[in-house]
Amino acid sequence: MEAIIFYLFSALTLAAGLFILFSKNLIYGAFALFLAFLGVAALYVLAGADFLAVSQIMIYVGGILVLLIFGIMLTQKKEKSDDSTRHNRIEVPITRKIWGFLTGIGLFGLLVKVILSSDFRMAGGEMSSKSTIKTIGVELMTTHLLPFEIAAILLLVALIGAAYLALNRNPTA
Amino acid sequence: MTTIPVQYYLVVAAALFCIGLAISITKRHFIGMLLGIELMLNAVNINLVAFGRHDPERLSGQLFALFVIVVAAAEVTVALAIILRVYGRFRTVDPDKVNELKQ
Repeated sequence: MEAIIFYLFSALTLAAGLFILFSKNLIYGAFALFLAFLGVAALYVLAGADFLAVSQIMIYVGGILVLLIFGIMLTQKKEKSDDSTRHNRIEVPITRKIWGFLTGIGLFGLLVKVILSSDFRMAGGEMSSKSTIKTIGVELMTTHLLPFEIAAILLLVALIGAAYLALNRNPTA
Repeated sequence: MTTIPVQYYLVVAAALFCIGLAISITKRHFIGMLLGIELMLNAVNINLVAFGRHDPERLSGQLFALFVIVVAAAEVTVALAIILRVYGRFRTVDPDKVNELKQ
């Protein structure tokens, strides 16, 4: 049962990724990214990371994806006028596309070869099916306190920097 | 409760990473490249969580994935601000056409 759900959500995630790769319309790509994030959250749940799955849905779907869709809508180009002096555009497979596919497929083959030939010996025991929230909270406040504070400062700096950059973003007008 | 072997997670994460890499290379739009980068970060997080399953006392993998999510959120906000700024100045979102630092 668990294996079926795992295959289902893996297929959903990978299909959404491939749809982004092959679709021309970026808005459709952003909505496919929504499906991919949900699939990844389901994989987190199957791996026993409940808190991380909820954070994934809240941060990625609620924050990052909305920001990306805003960005796509704010940078849409106007439709070009249909005058006859305009250059005709011919779609040819440019080298960027060929190199992209070659790199992706080559790296995937290499990674799968490495993964299938590896033999992991896990040190710890398997996770029991209890909630991870308590452990994560205790660890964040004890052994990972410094990264936690640095993440807080990083978020503050990113907030100020993004606000400063986005301020007065049309200097020509 | 039957558990999925860790290799399955790794293969799915590798496929997702390669799809993200191909997206960020082939797309001719800044935000398309950002979509690919987000997919790659997610693929890395799947690896971390899959290995963190075997560390139930300390959960180092899941904590690392949490910090990766935080950094990804910061990265996307700054990248979008830069993209809007570049679009306001150059009126294009094609990375090939933005080839000089000053206009």
